[in-house]
Amino acid sequence: MNIYNKKYNFLKFKKSFLVLSTILFAISLGAFFAKGLNLGVDFKGGTVIEMKLAQPYNSEDIRKSLLKINLGDVVVKEFGSSREFLATIEKKGKNNDFVGSIKKHLESDLAREFDFRRVEVVGSKISKELTKSGLYSVVLALFLMLIYIWIRFEWQFSLGSILALIHDVVITIGAFSLVGFEFNLSIVAAILTIVGYSMNDTVVIYDRIREFLKIDDRQDIQELINDAVNSTLPRTLKTSVTTLLALVSIYVFGGEILKGFSFALIWGVLIGTYSSIFVAAPILVFFKVKRNWDEEVDTTP
Amino acid sequence: MLYFSRLKVFSIISVIFIGIYFFLPNLTFFNNSKFFSEKRVNLGLDLQGGSYLLLEIDSNPLIEQRLQAKSLEVRRELRKNNIQYKNFSFSKDSLVFIFDEKQKETLDKILNDRLINSNIKTGGKEFEIIYENNIIKLIFTKENVNLIKKNALDQSIEIVRNRIDELGTKEPNIVTRGLDRILVELPGLKDPSAIKKLLGKTAKLTLRFVANSSDENSLGVETLSSKSSGSQYSVEKRIIISGENLIDAQPGFDQLNNSSVVNFKLDNIGSRKFALASKENVGRYLAIVLDKDVVSSPVIREAIVTGSGQISGNFTTQEANELAILLRAGALPAPLNIIEERSVGPDLGKESIEKGILSLIIGFLLVMIYMIYNYRIFGVFSNVSLLTNLVLISGVLSIFGATLTLPGIAGIILTVGMAVDSNVLIYERVKEELKKEKNYLIAFDTAYKKVLTTILDSNVTTLIAAIVLYYMGSGPVKGFAITLGIGILSTFFTTYVLGRLLVAKYIKNNKETTIVI
Repeated sequence: MNIYNKKYNFLKFKKSFLVLSTILFAISLGAFFAKGLNLGVDFKGGTVIEMKLAQPYNSEDIRKSLLKINLGDVVVKEFGSSREFLATIEKKGKNNDFVGSIKKHLESDLAREFDFRRVEVVGSKISKELTKSGLYSVVLALFLMLIYIWIRFEWQFSLGSILALIHDVVITIGAFSLVGFEFNLSIVAAILTIVGYSMNDTVVIYDRIREFLKIDDRQDIQELINDAVNSTLPRTLKTSVTTLLALVSIYVFGGEILKGFSFALIWGVLIGTYSSIFVAAPILVFFKVKRNWDEEVDTTP
Repeated sequence: MLYFSRLKVFSIISVIFIGIYFFLPNLTFFNNSKFFSEKRVNLGLDLQGGSYLLLEIDSNPLIEQRLQAKSLEVRRELRKNNIQYKNFSFSKDSLVFIFDEKQKETLDKILNDRLINSNIKTGGKEFEIIYENNIIKLIFTKENVNLIKKNALDQSIEIVRNRIDELGTKEPNIVTRGLDRILVELPGLKDPSAIKKLLGKTAKLTLRFVANSSDENSLGVETLSSKSSGSQYSVEKRIIISGENLIDAQPGFDQLNNSSVVNFKLDNIGSRKFALASKENVGRYLAIVLDKDVVSSPVIREAIVTGSGQISGNFTTQEANELAILLRAGALPAPLNIIEERSVGPDLGKESIEKGILSLIIGFLLVMIYMIYNYRIFGVFSNVSLLTNLVLISGVLSIFGATLTLPGIAGIILTVGMAVDSNVLIYERVKEELKKEKNYLIAFDTAYKKVLTTILDSNVTTLIAAIVLYYMGSGPVKGFAITLGIGILSTFFTTYVLGRLLVAKYIKNNKETTIVI
């Protein structure tokens, strides 16, 4: 397939893609409200313990043992190998030696040594604060970008790119809700990065559209946008490939801790690339983009 | 765009060398060389192992104490001025009582007097007065409450520092957060449970008398129990001496009873008070109380004038050790709660570094191969910029002593993926230009010119995300924001400046041959 010579008519099916996006968007929102997110301790409060044993063991026995000491809801799963486990515990313990007592209990109850490799205890006050700041940061980032694009381009571009970004954020959250991966602070970081990346993609296409608008005012706007998308297509795809190569490397070799994080980024790059081509660009057709860029007339009231 | 003056070339090369100079010490084999700077990339707690603890001071008991003290003062003043009052009571942050409405004016004057209602430090009001018919409510002002909190925080952080220093942890980072929080970072610590145990106690030591059976019902007596024996004591509220009078406390061993003890020494004032009290009360029982727990209750056989004493309470050696540390470090003004803890064992940290670096190398190689496959010799140029980029990011991290976390490593890898974007943009543009323009020099030149705004616009948006993350995020996430942010800036330099220099040299040296891109 030669992406240089072929010209694809991306905008021919613009309505179908917008419908598709709307459906994905609706499914994501539905999943989010109906099923919710598998919130990590960062946002829910509680205790996470990553433990390692000398011999392979099974998670169910660990869970049963933990349930004996009244810790509320307990989830134990294998974490990388059959000797490593991740326990998520609802309670966080008022006692300052809460974690120590869990370790003692496990060792005496199951008669083997446990190495607690990582412990995270988050109180309910902190988890509320983290939720708030996580939410604020995404909204703030979106808002700042809206402003930036507005300054650099016209409001139509600004609106188009923000719609595409919200689309990306919501569908990524929807994917997490459906797959059931843990949603924690690093996922928020990943979402912000996706916002940056997707914006990056969109800006490249918009830049080209703006360039075409300046030199060519005979073209039909739809054709013009389609040309811009096509001429930036090699770049869009190649950059996605290099970014994905790096991300897949983290996903495969980066260890368990980075799994969710890199999953979010991989998903986000795919969605971001899609939305730049099929959402951000076509949506400009519906808004009336300023055609005459030669005269610097400020028409904003 | 493709012309570089000598000065420009020189500065570009200098920047790269400075980067290399600060990057090299991070590699182990250059570690000890005197030639290099001392600065290194700081590893975050998730990479080197250690504990992050966020402590919150429970300041409610302190505010209550202040309120009680204030109520005594207010009542004294009311009596002095013959103001009638009844139903005096406390709630969480206020005093309430009923007064005679005829006396409202005088009452108002008294309560607004600077002598009784002014904040020593700020000069503002100490409490606000709210009237509701004949009920009056005195509420501590926010300013005053914050002052109480701040004082408690300042005292507590010193004591937390003392206690942690006593355990001999290396390079702890202890700072205040907001009005009532203390952040403790303990790099390299394998098991934080000992420190958590130490921080969990206020360790208020008081020496008081056990009440005589005759005055058991009087107001100055409270019932306390002993944790070790379970027995109950009625203990006088009056304090003879408290932990503040201690100048030293050491664990010891009592040969007679074959148990561990804590020996303490009092300061001058404490010694005098203790001598006087013991002289007058020979034969009575003393209660040594630590945070409402009667640790031991020895009988006074004779006046104690040496200013030293011994606490024996069936301790294990470890308990005696802990108690001695707590007494030496001093009492906390209010209880501390651990509201957030994140600990990583050192071996997991090491594993994370290994995995992080492995994925970095593999990601790097994949991207480099892909670039050469796509752009041949220009792919090589882009890879040179990419390597330089990596060196610069590490160099900048070292210069600022920034912290590298596991998500931070991911940030670098992501930068690698995105850094080539600028190159891709340029080279793709060149291909487009070459369709219209046969002269390579001109084609490259216009491509670089046209692509500049795009590169700027797209990088600014990612930079916005990184900055927001930096301000909103904590710990590991902050590390991600740092590497992402530095990565974007250095990417611009390496691809748009260094990459352009390489391309320019190449084109000028190969004017005659056909360039394949």
